[in-house]
Amino acid sequence: MADAAARRAVAELPLLRAPAGPRDREGWAERLREEYRALIQYVENNKRADTDWFRLESNPEGTRWSGRCWYIHELLRYEFNIEFEIPVTYPGTAPEIAIPELDGKTAKMYRGGKICLSDHFKPLWARNVPKFGLAHLMALGLGPWLAVEIPDLISKGLIQHKDK
Amino acid sequence: MADPGRLERLERRVRELEEELAREKRGRAAARARIDTMSAEVTDSNPYSRLMALKRMGIVKDYEKIRTFTVAVVGVGGVGSVTAEMLTRCGIGKLLLFDYDKVELANMNRLFFQPHQAGLSKVQAAEHTLRDINPDVQFEVHNYNITTLDNFEHFMDRISNGALEEGKPVDLVLSCVDNFEARMAINTACNELGQIWMESGVSENAVSGHIQLIIPGESACFACAPPLVVAANIDEKTLKREGVCAASLPTTMGVVAGMLVQNVLKYLLNFGTVSYYLGYNAMQDFFPTMSMKPNPQCSDHNCRKQQENYKKKEAARPKEEVIEKEEEIVHEDNDWGIELVSEISEDELKAASGPVPELPEGISVAYTIPDKEENSITGETVAESEESLEELMAKMRNM
Repeated sequence: MADAAARRAVAELPLLRAPAGPRDREGWAERLREEYRALIQYVENNKRADTDWFRLESNPEGTRWSGRCWYIHELLRYEFNIEFEIPVTYPGTAPEIAIPELDGKTAKMYRGGKICLSDHFKPLWARNVPKFGLAHLMALGLGPWLAVEIPDLISKGLIQHKDK
Repeated sequence: MADPGRLERLERRVRELEEELAREKRGRAAARARIDTMSAEVTDSNPYSRLMALKRMGIVKDYEKIRTFTVAVVGVGGVGSVTAEMLTRCGIGKLLLFDYDKVELANMNRLFFQPHQAGLSKVQAAEHTLRDINPDVQFEVHNYNITTLDNFEHFMDRISNGALEEGKPVDLVLSCVDNFEARMAINTACNELGQIWMESGVSENAVSGHIQLIIPGESACFACAPPLVVAANIDEKTLKREGVCAASLPTTMGVVAGMLVQNVLKYLLNFGTVSYYLGYNAMQDFFPTMSMKPNPQCSDHNCRKQQENYKKKEAARPKEEVIEKEEEIVHEDNDWGIELVSEISEDELKAASGPVPELPEGISVAYTIPDKEENSITGETVAESEESLEELMAKMRNM
């Protein structure tokens, strides 16, 4: 589960209103704008707090997302590409974030490099439908996963810094 | 061009390979010919004799009818592949298989797939094996993830039109998937289409499982209540989760597949009692059962619509005296406020609010979801702005 810093970051995130997924054309257009506004605000907050850690962008329909995230460990920056698709049941269910380059390196992943989220994430998401969006997914899903898994993968020598 | 003999050599090689392929095919031609009508004759060569014997024993009235049914199996993993094999051996009319995964050596602790199939798509490998077992069955396989937008539309189309007689809906959809997102996608499709389906699942610790019959509008759908779990009575503190996401056993998966197909046969061939929910606790060998009415406040509007339709249909039907044992979802008071984001412990999660359906011993909800009013948006929401989507996308890209 998220640490205190992640919880503080989430408390500063705006909540979303439109309860629409990609099958609802009009509703989704509105939801997508809300998603972008929340993400922009999150990145701005992170920059201000000097904790900037990811970028995301989508296809024009907002159904396929990709980007990168980075994690600082012992003053070195480790960067990873991330990708996910918005499921038809969104925002009822959260998208499954994948880090394809780490596929097979950790047991905390499902096939295709989809990260395995903590037991607490799904209940938390379910209890906050439709208020939580992609910014919350990053803060409560990917962020805590990286914080646990990356130092572990580095210590096991499964990830090497690109300059080494 | 420089090598004039090249073409001839290649042609010869193609002929050699064609001959080799033909030999291979003949070698495996032990596979039997198709059978037009099921026979009850008891001979060594009749693959249906023991199934047709169910008629003589008075269990099933009309076993041959199985050949008229179409079943869609979504997820061809530990449960789905065994389910498909059982239905194939029973002589089902047509099977539609959906899965986007490949066979991996890590799957070999489960049944059905074999090491030499590693790398093939699960649906392709399954079709190959199943066609050999019973060439009377028709197969239609789709190698994609049903939860993405384009695939979902195609999935809905095949559910509505993919029966033996093209254009007619399948008789039953079976969910054999391993994740919540895919179950919700199947639920969404079936509520929209009014399609009867059965859900199945095995817990991530591999020692419990369940099957559930969902008749949209008549019995609780997958979104009517939080996910149900069969309590395995394991002390959470002793359950180590570190370093792994999911465990699996061929035994539990085989049991659940058996329970599922038994329910399918009873439902399609009209014998015995069809279970609405049947759980399996492998630690104590306990099988809780129940049935649950749909939630009038279900978050899926198509479920609510199906409930209205069902009520109208029931009102129009002449009354029969049936004693229903179904249990109502009880909405308890919701006294606990919900903090938007908090470190939620296992105990807090249990104590936290949200209506809990009345469930028999041995079955509980994975978590609760607050009432609609309680869940109204109270925090700060995204600011209204006039910026278009394109402007927002550009802004995000340039950050």
